[in-house]
Amino acid sequence: MQRYWNLLTLFWSTSIAAELEYRTNFLVAAFTSLGGLAGSLFGLFLFYRTGYTFAGWRWEEALIVVGVFTLLEGFSATFLAPNLNRIVRHVQTGTLDFVLLKPISSQFWLSTHTLSPWGLPDLMFGLIVVIYAGSRLGVALQGYLLSLIPLTFGLAILYSLWFMLGATSIWFVKIYNVTEVLRGLLEAGRFPMAAYPATYRFFFTFVVPVAFLTTVPSEAMLGRTNVGWTIAAAFLAIALLFASRFFWRFALRFYTSASS
Amino acid sequence: MLLVYYAYMVEYRAELILWVLSGSLPIILMGVWTQAAQQGNFGLSPTDFARYFLAVFLVRQLTVVWVIWEFEREVVEGKLSFRLMQPIDPAFYHVISHISEKFARLPFAFLLIGLFFLLYPAALWLPSSSNLFLFSIATILAFALQFVIQYTFAMLSFWTERASSIQEFWFLFYLFLSGVIAPLEVFPPVVRTIALFTPFPYLVNFPASILVGLPTNIGQGFLVMLIWGVVFFGLNRWLWRKGLKQYSGMGA
Repeated sequence: MQRYWNLLTLFWSTSIAAELEYRTNFLVAAFTSLGGLAGSLFGLFLFYRTGYTFAGWRWEEALIVVGVFTLLEGFSATFLAPNLNRIVRHVQTGTLDFVLLKPISSQFWLSTHTLSPWGLPDLMFGLIVVIYAGSRLGVALQGYLLSLIPLTFGLAILYSLWFMLGATSIWFVKIYNVTEVLRGLLEAGRFPMAAYPATYRFFFTFVVPVAFLTTVPSEAMLGRTNVGWTIAAAFLAIALLFASRFFWRFALRFYTSASS
Repeated sequence: MLLVYYAYMVEYRAELILWVLSGSLPIILMGVWTQAAQQGNFGLSPTDFARYFLAVFLVRQLTVVWVIWEFEREVVEGKLSFRLMQPIDPAFYHVISHISEKFARLPFAFLLIGLFFLLYPAALWLPSSSNLFLFSIATILAFALQFVIQYTFAMLSFWTERASSIQEFWFLFYLFLSGVIAPLEVFPPVVRTIALFTPFPYLVNFPASILVGLPTNIGQGFLVMLIWGVVFFGLNRWLWRKGLKQYSGMGA
């Protein structure tokens, strides 16, 4: 465990050092993320402008969902996208061999090797929106803390799904854009589930569990936690984490490297 | 040459299907808006919204442009030099590959639309033939405009290694002002007026509205598209000539 922790600090400090070479890029990323946030607020505003409200979600409450969504985007841009989208390239060029030879878990290596500070502005702005909306609604500290539990489960769910999709590249080398489909569907997390018709709600709860990523944590923050949903999130997160592990082992059995 | 690129694109069928599927944003928003239109007062019925977003989906499938990523790579890797030795303008290759990709993509897009009508037959409608004709012209023009704009940004890769980040910034405005997230009818009037001067609404909202039969000012639409097209085309050729000097200055 200690060894993994040391490795993690080493991986991340080198990748931050490398990315700091491109400081203007960071500025561009900050602008882009600010623009994106302004856009999603505008998108939400279009609904509330005429006095319509999503069933049971006031403007500030819907803002929290946008904030959590922005946080998730920042998280995936920082930790998930730079690592998991690279699995395909490792498979294509055969460098996966070198990863497999290392004396640590290959899933760990592939999932944590780099980190990109590009997502930091998103994390920051997401936090600002959540805190702003939260203070307007008078959310207490324990509300924020309580929402961390389902949020962690949400992150685990997102990671596992993304990793499994990335792992399919072992069979289908060419489909490097399979994660783009997942990303497109995740956009549904911008709005609380109550905003969708019943069929959509079913799809985004049981097929692509977007509901657990933004709506459930926001509800926890607002003190409307339904214990059943949190337990379901926990169960799903743990199941998917194990599934991703088994899936990776299973996929590796089919891996025929480039040279040998 | 079209056939060669078409064959090339069909090779990557699985990839293409995934690209089509990743354009699911309009379908997601369709859900939110049809739900909202049942109770709220937006001036459009749920069916209108369903048709509009379906049209948006189709328009986006037909006008996707990715030339900047290819051009940037060619410049950074120096592959542009080989293209320059051939007697045709390099832009030609990109145009052809985009057009043939559209044809390879179309069957999947139509399949999805057919599936949609099966699930939601109430939204089925037949646009009049004149609207269909205008829609085709508007879509072709939208694709051309989109292409010229992105190719102009691509020119900047002669000076910077990350021209695509400019494109990403531009894409934000495209996403929120073009009518992908909502038809322009539900925008606040001030924002709508400003947006109508920019090229964005004409890339998605304009052709989609024609297809659905929402009221649009057709003459003004084509005029604005033409003006922006000429502006960007001029800028593009100017940057191309400047950029080539810069490029050969790099010793390639």
